[in-house]
Amino acid sequence: MSATGARAAEGGSHSHEGTYSGGLWSWITTVDHKRIGVMYGLSAFFFFLMGGLEALLIRLQLGSPESTLIDPDLYNQLFTMHGTTMVFLAIMPLSAAFFNFIVPLQIGARDVAFPRLNAFSFWLFFLAALFMNASFLFGGAPDAGWFGYANLTSTQYSPGMRIDFWVLGLMVLGVSSIAAALNFIVTIINLRAEGMTFMRMPLFTWMTLITSFLLVIAFPAITVGLVLLMFDRMFGTLFFNPLAGGDVLLWQHLFWIFGHPEVYILLLPGLGVVSEIIPVFSRKPLFGYAFVVYSGILIAFLGFGVWAHHMFAVGLGPVANTVFSATTMLIAIPTGVKIFNWIATLWGGSLKMWTPLYFSLGFISMFIIGGLSGVMHASAAADLQQTDTYFIVAHIHYVLFGGVMFALFAGMYYWIPKITGRMLSDRLGKLHFWIMLVSFNVTFFPQHFLGLHGMPRRTFTYESGLGFEAMNLMSTVGSMVLGASMLIFLWNVLRMLRKGEPAGANPWEGSTLEWSTASPPPHYNFKVLPTVHSRDPLWAEDTGDSMHPDDPSVPEPHMPGPSFFPLLTAIGIIVMAAGALTTTLPVVFVGVGVLLFGVYGWALQPLEH
Amino acid sequence: MKRGRRPTRAGARTWTGPLLALTALALGACGGPFPQSALDPASDFAWRLQDLFEGIFFWAVVVFVLVQGALIVAIFRFRERPGGPSPKVTHGNTLLEISWTLAPAVVLVLIAIPTIKTIWIVDSPPPGESLVVEAIGHQWWWEFRYPDLGIVTANEMRIPVGQQIDVRLTSADVVHSFWFPRLGGKRDVIPGHETQIWFTVDSAGLYLGQCAEFCGLSHALMKMELVAEDPADFEAWANGQRTEAAISDSAVAADGAQAFMQGGCIACHTVRGTVAQGVIGPDLTHVGSRRRIAAGILDNTEENLERWIRNPQDVKPGALMIVPELDNETVRRIVAYMRNLK
Repeated sequence: MSATGARAAEGGSHSHEGTYSGGLWSWITTVDHKRIGVMYGLSAFFFFLMGGLEALLIRLQLGSPESTLIDPDLYNQLFTMHGTTMVFLAIMPLSAAFFNFIVPLQIGARDVAFPRLNAFSFWLFFLAALFMNASFLFGGAPDAGWFGYANLTSTQYSPGMRIDFWVLGLMVLGVSSIAAALNFIVTIINLRAEGMTFMRMPLFTWMTLITSFLLVIAFPAITVGLVLLMFDRMFGTLFFNPLAGGDVLLWQHLFWIFGHPEVYILLLPGLGVVSEIIPVFSRKPLFGYAFVVYSGILIAFLGFGVWAHHMFAVGLGPVANTVFSATTMLIAIPTGVKIFNWIATLWGGSLKMWTPLYFSLGFISMFIIGGLSGVMHASAAADLQQTDTYFIVAHIHYVLFGGVMFALFAGMYYWIPKITGRMLSDRLGKLHFWIMLVSFNVTFFPQHFLGLHGMPRRTFTYESGLGFEAMNLMSTVGSMVLGASMLIFLWNVLRMLRKGEPAGANPWEGSTLEWSTASPPPHYNFKVLPTVHSRDPLWAEDTGDSMHPDDPSVPEPHMPGPSFFPLLTAIGIIVMAAGALTTTLPVVFVGVGVLLFGVYGWALQPLEH
Repeated sequence: MKRGRRPTRAGARTWTGPLLALTALALGACGGPFPQSALDPASDFAWRLQDLFEGIFFWAVVVFVLVQGALIVAIFRFRERPGGPSPKVTHGNTLLEISWTLAPAVVLVLIAIPTIKTIWIVDSPPPGESLVVEAIGHQWWWEFRYPDLGIVTANEMRIPVGQQIDVRLTSADVVHSFWFPRLGGKRDVIPGHETQIWFTVDSAGLYLGQCAEFCGLSHALMKMELVAEDPADFEAWANGQRTEAAISDSAVAADGAQAFMQGGCIACHTVRGTVAQGVIGPDLTHVGSRRRIAAGILDNTEENLERWIRNPQDVKPGALMIVPELDNETVRRIVAYMRNLK
């Protein structure tokens, strides 16, 4: 069995013709999870750079006290869009890129359960991203923070369309995310290979499943809040109007009931990536697999019980503050358990010191720091000094950049050879890593001190004489180098596309099913669906695992045909949003018409034609 | 199929990164002095939070050293070496799992106990007698009222040292946050709600504060100052604040008073003892004796007053203070009047 597996692993890298071939129309109408994954990845990286640019402008403004480089109006749009872009248009779609490309391969399936719904999710995200950013050209981008607190977001305090762009854009993104999450839940539960029980699933697939449940349960909370806000802004309701019996705190609760699980939505995929890479590059199985899985589940579950730690300064009272402090501290335990299991995996291993491992180790190290500052915020009383200051800004960037982005870069270096069939340069990868690691710390470590020394966040400037100058300058310089380090990565990718060495099926000697196919996999993934009897099917000997992913005697499976209707349906929704934005009812109706036509065509179009 | 296995070299390459990172970390703490620092407590409230923070910080350092240490040891000890041992296949160890679940739990309990104690003190109403100050947040300035003393002022709060202050907070418009870092944590200021914060300041001095919840265009320019002074000095200040506006001591100031009363200023401002009874903007009865103007962002000088009156939006974008076109002479007169209102 393993001999067959090995032969399959050496399989030809020439079968990439067909995986990505075809013109623009074939990409617009694709329902292939691999192409959708690539499109998510490219879009997400584009928006990551855009959010990064917004950050660099912020840092330029804050590099010196009382700077007049960027006026407060533009500044408030920049920090709002930086947060909104990074959370919704960069990190989530980047995770989605990996969910899409990797999960069907890891579970031994040929695609997701609902390929057209998958395409719909991508196009809706893409159009919503364009919609939100169009705001810069039509009166200004949203400017009330990524968290949009009422009643600053009311029409009284935020006239014009900026907040409407934000509300509608997020509602549409919610539809995209929920659809994708449902798709992945069904896929993972129903399409696993023969013999792949839940406790034999790869960790990345586990984290995808858990994240998908988080998405489905958390997004409705913000949707409710957004609907209430939309009604306040467009139809004169008073949900968040304190002068009429409304309560601004209702928004805060609804937002954070979503917002906290959201950060675990951002984090768990990265934890999954690192849980894949560490065992492969230690040449031994993940230590404490079950505990790592259960910790992930526990983090997700507990994540719904901590939201008011974002509201410790609101004066909810000692009971609420005590409870939320306790639950927030509790969540540190499963998080720590994962970290210890990774270290135990490394321990006694034979570490392959290559780029994916570097980024994974960097992730663990930076995440420890971010997690520890998180424990400091968990204490409701101590947090009264920390909340709304640069101490929090430091924390969130240590967990989201030092944590999640390092993990996602690890995933990129790990899986790009599978996706493109070519290797990235390990030398350039390590250079990227070191420059990113050092400049990241130069940028964000001083911010811990800025916060503790009294610098609030979301401020377009600061007065000289408060001692903030040196550390802000340092942070700014660091951020410029951090931005530049992305160029190394882009150079590496360009170099790979032009002259990268062929990767082969399994360049890293990985153990999970995606490494049994060619790189990139043929459009049908597996001619013969695999059977597994262990967690590490490509490492197992004599376990009865069988893989004939590209058996030449088997005809190519027929895959679902392309369809324009998912994109059309997405267009219909965006047109409705544009109509709502400008309160032009006829446009809304046109959008509904396009939506209905799209859904009708989608429902009636046969899978194969 | 080997993937260009290059043996990693110990030495300069491996150490440079981490060393640079450490240097960066060390430099991160430079740039003092820090007059608005939470790490420089000056009240009972601030000290409670500082003590709590220090306790948590200690455990954070312990955990940091242990876990980062284990990580670094693992990296260096187990890097693959040509001819090195094959890794032993292990899948887990339940005893270890239980241990490293319980150990953090114990540390968290050690953090939770002082946390909960502190929460129940600071989130409960103040014990005993307090001087009540009402703080009302506005876009982008602070209104301070002393209901028991009959004082209404703005942006500069004065209190007696050693006296427990009970601050009752609300907002006239959007959510803001009241924060004097040296005097303790912050408390959000929420329209439609009343929140509370209380503290006793140890020593006389000037304490700097700033709004700490994003509240719109000029959030960064919504500052305030607190002067803690000897009870006798506070008494004198309070008596002065209660009096009506000073009579103009010069012709220029008198002309300025007239320009002020006849201009639109009275629509928003109060100057007690005159027809100016507006409540939209700060009370200006004793503006001349404040250290700063425009909510703690400009020193109270002739030049700054002129700058502010001439074009408030230039100083504070989005400021709701509408001033008609005024000629230089009128501005000079109004400034003289303002400076006279001590």
